Amino acid sequence: MGKKVLQLDIKIPNQTRYLELVGRIGEDLAREFGEEGGGADDLAQQLNVVLTEAMANAIRHAHEGDPDKTIHISISLSAEELWIRVFDHGPGFDFDSACAHEPEKLEEHGRGIYIIRSLMDTVVYRRTREYNVLEMWKKLS
Amino acid sequence: MQFEVTAGTGATILRLKGERLDAHNSDALKTRIKEIFDGGAKTVLVNLGEVRFIDSSGLGALVSGFKNAVFHKGRLALSSLQEQVRSMFDLTRLNRVFDIYVSEEEALSALSGK
Repeated sequence: MGKKVLQLDIKIPNQTRYLELVGRIGEDLAREFGEEGGGADDLAQQLNVVLTEAMANAIRHAHEGDPDKTIHISISLSAEELWIRVFDHGPGFDFDSACAHEPEKLEEHGRGIYIIRSLMDTVVYRRTREYNVLEMWKKLS
Repeated sequence: MQFEVTAGTGATILRLKGERLDAHNSDALKTRIKEIFDGGAKTVLVNLGEVRFIDSSGLGALVSGFKNAVFHKGRLALSSLQEQVRSMFDLTRLNRVFDIYVSEEEALSALSGK
C-alpha cells in the first residue's frame, strides 16, 4: 500500500441502529477524498453499501446479535487503494458458504458477501486465535 | 421507517417513508407486506421513491414479499426506484425477478389492466 492519506478506526456497538452512521462515514470519506465528478458519487454509494453489509454481517453471523459486543472497523486510504477491515471477536462465520450464493436462487438471505465481492477487488476472511477479520481492498487509481 | 398503506385502483399501495432500508428496519417491512397479503390483498405495489439506500436485508424483505405474493396467488410490484437503489437490483439480478415500474401511475395503469 502506498503512502497513507488517512487511517480511521471506529469502534461501534454491535447494533443495527449504527449501520446508518457507519455507512454515512463511508460516503463522507469518498466525497472528501474522491475525485470530483461522478466517480466520487459512485465510490460514496459503494462504500456505504460495503460498510453496511460488512457490519451487518458481523452483527448477524459473527457476534450472534449480542448488543454488548463491539465491532472494530478500520479504514485505510491511500491515493492508490482503499483497505477496509472489519474485526469481530465472536465465533466467526463460514466465508466459503457465504461466497457460494447463487443469484438465480430466490433466497431471502445470503446476498451480503456477494454484494461486497462485486464492489471490492479482493475480499478475504481470516480467523485467528484472538479475532476474525473481513478484509476488503479496492484499487482507486 | 414509516409505511403508508392506501388502496389504489387495482393494487394496495405501500409507500416507504424514509431514505434508508437496511438490516435495522427490513424486518418491519417484511412483516408489513405479509400483513397486507394475509389481510386479503392480491396485488401490492411497493413505492420505493423516497428510498435512497437499500442493502441486502432490504432486498431480502422484498424477496420475502414476492414469496408472500406467490403463496397468495397474487402479485408484488415495485415502483419509483432511485438510481442507487436500481443499481442494487441490477447487481443482484433481482431486476429479473420483480416487475419494476418507473412511477406509481405507470404501475397502477399496468396492474389494473388499463
